[in-house]
Amino acid sequence: MQTALEAQALIKTYTSGGRTVNAVDDISFGLANGEFLALVGPSGSGKTTLLAILAGLLTPDSGTVSIAGEVLSQMSERRRASFRRQRIGFAFQANNLVPYLSALENVELMLRLNGKRDRDGRRRARELLTRLGLEDRLNALPRQLSGGQQQRVAIARSLIHKPALVLADEPTASLDTERAFQVVETLADLVHEEGRAAIMVTHDLRMIKVCDRVVQLMDGKITQVLETQEDLACLANPADCTKIPMNVFGAGQEMAAAE
Amino acid sequence: MNNASHLAFKEIWRNKGRFLLFSLVIALITVLILFVAALGEGLGAGNREYLEKLDGELIVFQATARLSIPSSRLERDRLPQLRNIEGVQDVGPVGFSAAAIPLGGRSDLFDVSLIGVEPGLPGMPPVVDGQPLIRRTTDEVLIDSTVALVTDAKVGDWLLFRSIQGSDEEFYRLRVVGITDSQKYSIRPSVFVPYVTWARIRPQALVGSGLNDLSSHIMVVKLVDPAEIDVVRQRIEARVSNVQAVDRRTAYENTPGYREQQSTLQTQNGFALLIGLLVIGGFFQIQTLQKVGQIGMLKAIGTPEVLIASALLIQIAIINAVGVGLGGLASLGLSFVFPANVPIIFEPRSAAMAVGSILVMGPLGGLVSIRYSLGIEPLTALGLSS
Ligand SMILES: Nc1ncnc2c1ncn2[C@@H]1O[C@H](COP(=O)(O)OP(=O)(O)O)[C@@H](O)[C@H]1O
Ligand SMILES: [Mg+2]
Repeated sequence: MQTALEAQALIKTYTSGGRTVNAVDDISFGLANGEFLALVGPSGSGKTTLLAILAGLLTPDSGTVSIAGEVLSQMSERRRASFRRQRIGFAFQANNLVPYLSALENVELMLRLNGKRDRDGRRRARELLTRLGLEDRLNALPRQLSGGQQQRVAIARSLIHKPALVLADEPTASLDTERAFQVVETLADLVHEEGRAAIMVTHDLRMIKVCDRVVQLMDGKITQVLETQEDLACLANPADCTKIPMNVFGAGQEMAAAE
Repeated sequence: MNNASHLAFKEIWRNKGRFLLFSLVIALITVLILFVAALGEGLGAGNREYLEKLDGELIVFQATARLSIPSSRLERDRLPQLRNIEGVQDVGPVGFSAAAIPLGGRSDLFDVSLIGVEPGLPGMPPVVDGQPLIRRTTDEVLIDSTVALVTDAKVGDWLLFRSIQGSDEEFYRLRVVGITDSQKYSIRPSVFVPYVTWARIRPQALVGSGLNDLSSHIMVVKLVDPAEIDVVRQRIEARVSNVQAVDRRTAYENTPGYREQQSTLQTQNGFALLIGLLVIGGFFQIQTLQKVGQIGMLKAIGTPEVLIASALLIQIAIINAVGVGLGGLASLGLSFVFPANVPIIFEPRSAAMAVGSILVMGPLGGLVSIRYSLGIEPLTALGLSS
């Protein structure tokens, strides 16, 4: 499998009020095309910071990120913006959609920005939204959609322009578990079918089932990597899983949400 | 359609109510600015029209009057003195006073400026209908277009004029021989009578006493060559004692209150523009503040900054233009229903300048929000800041 992402020795330190926080502390890993990676860890462990670095939105103090063979740090600010719109797909926790564009227009926006809103692109936008169960909501504005429907539109937008890498920061944080799982499952299916690489930050244990690899962060460092079917299956049922330490997802509060 | 206008139009279309409301606010500001400009033009014209249109290049005052028409007094003997000066083609005396025309009943009086001119000499305005004044002592009168409109008088009609003499009202019947274009003086429409007639009927201490004093307020000098204005002016002031000669513009700018009035209106206009600037700037700034999350998201997914800025600029320009258009139409409509005696003139040049200044002001007011939107970091999409 070809490498979609290569992160090497990433370090990011924040200084605020004389206090320094090692938000990302020497992180290296790679991601292959068609691989769906879950990033877990307690609040403040550096997940979002890592994601921002991988997206080229934040410059690390040291280390390099290359996506589809291109090194982010070698690009100008403008080139990074155009790289993001061409090669990366985003789904955020909130504020995902443009409020005055319909579901379809939000998805097509990604094509417009890339000058690719041709007949074929428009057809695929409809297909994607249909696949995500939104065929009767194509012309609805975000405020007319439920939270889950909005996140599905965001997922369609993150995939429509055939990016090399999809980055999702807790895309299901505001949804109940049942709905969240459906959304993530569809995302995983699409990522696998189309051979894209994806990284999803999540707090939710049940999402792990559909992932290929789970990376756990703690204080900016990778503390666990689970990638065998056995490990993952075990994770899905943590009560019976003795092999995996209970701190995979951090503190008890987040565990409670999963139970 | 390019991406910037796509975003700009979609946002306006899907928030029609809010944007329309704001266009209406701009329309109101436009009406205000247009009316202040029209009022400035109307009041200004009401003061200067006659002087501005005079058929002479120089206006001569008594030097000690310091350009005040009511206090200036020039004896008849100045007439030949001025006429003999090299470069002067002709000279006419002009006297100003007030009279009233009873409309219908005697209590309903229409105030006019009663101006005395010498038939055939500078100072007498050209007629657009009928005949000019020809004889020096008659009961003939020229009325300007506003007087004609208000009194409904035609050439050949007789009009009654009221003037205070001593402590009584006196009434004079004069025959309209000609009608001039608008010739306001002292914010009143004007009527013109031969100088001797003027001396007889203008307000005076005793009936008939005015005929003993044929001195005028000013004299209008027509030059052989208008380009020689400065040379002849100096010549006049050197050769005729106690006179001051100025061009028409200086003359009307020194009529009582003219400068004060114009600067007051200009200040009002400036304030209205400033209010407009702040309102437009404020509206788009508040809107941009509400869109920080959305703009951060757009930048994160790779939307070029220039697209975000141009979408905002297009929006400001459209909302502003719609507002100015609505305001312009409303002003036009209002100008038809305003009574004729309200001094409002929509002069194309000053109206265009007012409209132009608002059109420029919109984007200017929006600059702050554009700058602000450029400063929003894409990192905010992830809830981070650098
Ligand atoms: N702009 C910043 N200035 C200072 N500290 C920051 C800043 N952003 C994040 N941090 C700190 O960096 C650490 C990692 O934050 P974050 O990446 O948001 O973690 P997570 O997404 O796992 O909750 C936290 O301790 C947070 O307080
Ligand atoms: Mg986070």
